[in-house]
Amino acid sequence: MGLLDVFRASRKKAGSASLAKERLQILVAHDRAFRNRPSYLPKLQQEILAVIRKYVEVDMDAVSVNYEQDETQEILELNIVLPDSGGRG
Amino acid sequence: MARIIVITSGKGGVGKTTTAAAMAMGLAQRGHRTAVIDFDVGLRNLDLIMGCERRVVYDFVNVINGEANLNQALIRDKRCDSLYVLPASQTRDKEALTQEGVGKVLEELGKGYDYIVCDSPAGIEHGATMAMYFADDAVVVTNPEVSSVRDSDRMLGILASKSRRAETGEEPIKEHLLLTRYSPQRVERGEMLSVQDVQEILSLNLIGVIPESPAVLNASNAGIPVVLDIESSAGKAYNDMVSRYLGEDLPMRFVEAERKGIFSRFFGG
Repeated sequence: MGLLDVFRASRKKAGSASLAKERLQILVAHDRAFRNRPSYLPKLQQEILAVIRKYVEVDMDAVSVNYEQDETQEILELNIVLPDSGGRG
Repeated sequence: MARIIVITSGKGGVGKTTTAAAMAMGLAQRGHRTAVIDFDVGLRNLDLIMGCERRVVYDFVNVINGEANLNQALIRDKRCDSLYVLPASQTRDKEALTQEGVGKVLEELGKGYDYIVCDSPAGIEHGATMAMYFADDAVVVTNPEVSSVRDSDRMLGILASKSRRAETGEEPIKEHLLLTRYSPQRVERGEMLSVQDVQEILSLNLIGVIPESPAVLNASNAGIPVVLDIESSAGKAYNDMVSRYLGEDLPMRFVEAERKGIFSRFFGG
């Protein structure tokens, strides 16, 4: 690689625009996924947690609610982590 | 019934008012009866850009409150007979724009005009949502810069969910992307997001690219919409935007950096 090539290569890569594009693509994808979620999700998560805690002692973060959407279907995923040694009763 | 076009962006200072003035003047010059409305209650500026600030007597809020009728408030442009301006109020009460009131004014205007251009305030507050609620078409004005692109994407979400068309289940608002303050030289150096980059991120129909140009500031200094400065690159690009909106298929201009020959480098051509 000659001196001229080094100069050219560094010129091509030097710009910050590609960094901007990369950051934006991630951010916009995240924003859009969040935007399409139903607004009842946080409340749903809270209430499910309250019901479970009536019977089983679990941490506040034991319930996770995930929502995904593709062309044909919507998936509501509930994940409840129960403690190893069972509950109160 | 008139077609309602909202000029929106989310972020401030990207060229919404300049674009609204250009779109309205461009449509009117092509013979369409056009009204342009300033929705920026409390911070009106469209009158300044249009050069009719000293002729404002009544405003949008006066009409909504029944203190004046539409014909008293509309200012006829001195350069183009088919263009009218409805200025915003300087009142600080932003809630003065009620959905019912805005709807009534647009409906009445719609009977006598072909196009109504709504100049939205920045942000996602009341004034901005009112400007887009009744829209048929939207021009999302974006600078090739991270915060502007992100805010534009936010606006797309709001356009898709909080509009009359979304609520009544009609065909959604037709969205167009307008890139402003574009500098092909900086894009070539890799310092600025390119047209393709922004389009890829937002996946929107591109209606125009307006190059960074001193003509824009000159035009607003003088109160003459830059679209009338047909010698300037920005003026030409805005004219192309209007033609494309009306269905013409034109190639994008001013998106490639100018190649300066040795001769013009030496003599500053």
